[in-house]
Amino acid sequence: MNKKVSSLLFEIKEGLIISLRAIAANKGRSALTTLGIVIGIWAVVTMSTALKGIDIAFQNGVSSLGSDNLYIDKWAWFNPDTPWWELRNRRNISMDDYYRYKELAKLPIATAPSTFTRKTVKFRDNIVESMFITATTSDYIKTTNLDFSDGRFFTDMESKGGRNVIVLGSAIAEQLFPFGGAVGNYVDVGGRKMKVVGVLQKQGSWVMGDFNPDNQGYIPIEFLFKNFASRRKSITINVRAPNSQMVEAVKEEAIGVMRRVRGLTYNEKNDFSINQQEGILSQINKTVSVIQIGGFFITGLSLFVGAIGIMNIMFVSVKERTREIGIRKAIGAKKRTILGQFISEASIICLFGGLIGLVFAVITGMIINQWLPTSIQFDAVVLAILISLATGIISGFAPAYQASKLDPVDALRYE
Amino acid sequence: MENIISIEHIARIYQVGLEEVHALADVSLKINRNDYVAIMGPSGSGKSTLMNIIGCLDTPSRGIYLFEKENVSQMNDNQLAEIRNQKIGFVFQTFNLLPRSTALHNVELPLIYAGLPKSVRLERAYEALEKVGLADRVDHKPNELSGGQRQRVAIARALVTQPSIILADEPTGNLDSKTGNDIMALFEELHETGNTIILVTHEEEIAQHAQRIIRLRDGLIESNEIVKERTLVGNNE
Repeated sequence: MNKKVSSLLFEIKEGLIISLRAIAANKGRSALTTLGIVIGIWAVVTMSTALKGIDIAFQNGVSSLGSDNLYIDKWAWFNPDTPWWELRNRRNISMDDYYRYKELAKLPIATAPSTFTRKTVKFRDNIVESMFITATTSDYIKTTNLDFSDGRFFTDMESKGGRNVIVLGSAIAEQLFPFGGAVGNYVDVGGRKMKVVGVLQKQGSWVMGDFNPDNQGYIPIEFLFKNFASRRKSITINVRAPNSQMVEAVKEEAIGVMRRVRGLTYNEKNDFSINQQEGILSQINKTVSVIQIGGFFITGLSLFVGAIGIMNIMFVSVKERTREIGIRKAIGAKKRTILGQFISEASIICLFGGLIGLVFAVITGMIINQWLPTSIQFDAVVLAILISLATGIISGFAPAYQASKLDPVDALRYE
Repeated sequence: MENIISIEHIARIYQVGLEEVHALADVSLKINRNDYVAIMGPSGSGKSTLMNIIGCLDTPSRGIYLFEKENVSQMNDNQLAEIRNQKIGFVFQTFNLLPRSTALHNVELPLIYAGLPKSVRLERAYEALEKVGLADRVDHKPNELSGGQRQRVAIARALVTQPSIILADEPTGNLDSKTGNDIMALFEELHETGNTIILVTHEEEIAQHAQRIIRLRDGLIESNEIVKERTLVGNNE
């Protein structure tokens, strides 16, 4: 038994050496053959890296909202069942609604009202046109995961008094204060002077667009009501559950409390929606999986074309080396030896091509990394190597089988 | 004399379309250890077919072929490959070396298929190349060698497994007469040192080097005679 294993290992080792010699002897053709797999693996790995990046970017972007958060709103984010006019006809959610909800809801660890507006913001010559502004209270920060690179959020006093203070997202701060030092300066927000009290840490995700905290400013909601908007404007109530297990309970409670606050009778439908980032996530996941299927199909096709190229060249190679096969058989190579030689030739070529493709993919990945938060995953590397090996074995088999079946007499006579 | 090859009433029939072609009709012969036999015949006589069968590259359609008392006619491809590897050394008219491999690797190749470890292989390959006078050419590739040298590499490859027979198919066919003579001298030397040689040729002059000539015609043995006045090249060195 032991002897059998060691002789098998010997055969494999010698077979690989023979294949390597044959590959080295046909460098030009081997390199050309490799190209198909290089491109295939490069495409597949780069695509999977990019897709992973897109996915992570979406997840990061969405999770900056906070996975334990609920948003009580007049509007539903994703609700194909309720027609839009019904949503529009709902009563606005007022500040009074918020205060009563806050009083009655026992489960949330933090709640805050918020609403949005757009204003042009200036500091000296630097202008940000129609900046996205979240108007809220000092409690808002407790409903988010936001951190500060400088300064602080506005205080309870500033919040209630509607003071002219503003917190800037990192991208906004960079635009207005390219050399830093935002905190303490006054910026012009839609014609009002507002003091910068804090700058947020960079989130780095482009996915959420205007909703990205990087591109926003935060002001007290009372300041908004005094200067920019009517008190009747509908607000969103941001609710944070203690942990993700509690989200459902908080949601149930919110529905009950809000029905009371809004004075709904048992047979009336909810005139508010409870939104969750999960809604966004499932929407995103749908989109990403469509991109994924398309991407893998296209890149898989390029790998398939590469494999066919290899098979083709191996067939040509067998034809061209008919005499060599005849010689090898005449001096004692068995069928399986020849089969093994050609399969391992194809596999080595593919493996080599796969590794080169992988190097290209790593480089491309580094470039992609400038826009997407991603790097090549270890499992992608292993997968790429396995795929290239499998490609070699599969595309090498038919030509190798043909070679192994050659009759030595005919093969030796072949010109 | 120890018998190596015993062929009894073998035939080789090819099916060409609807017609049966009898390349060998009915051939019987015996070859003993340390024989030096030439097989002759015009083209179409069945000489190549007989050589292929003796060399275990092909099997007879009928009859029995015993190689060292083993019935080769019943063997499968893998068993035949083993016999070829261990018992038969081939020398071809066109040398049939691997063009992109060195002389040493070409000679080593049968030993790889025999499953010998590298150290033994290299030692024996060097030895064989030394025996044919190419110790200083081991790292040369076939295209860096002359025709005579290539044939010597091929002979070294045939010798390296210490086979029971050396089967040479027109070994001087692609060489000029002087080089051909040198090769014949080498065969003579191998014969003197105890090797069994079977020479397939259509040249009378070359056949005269053997001890015995078997003449084929139309798939049958026409004659099987001892050579009375052998051509002996003698040792050139």
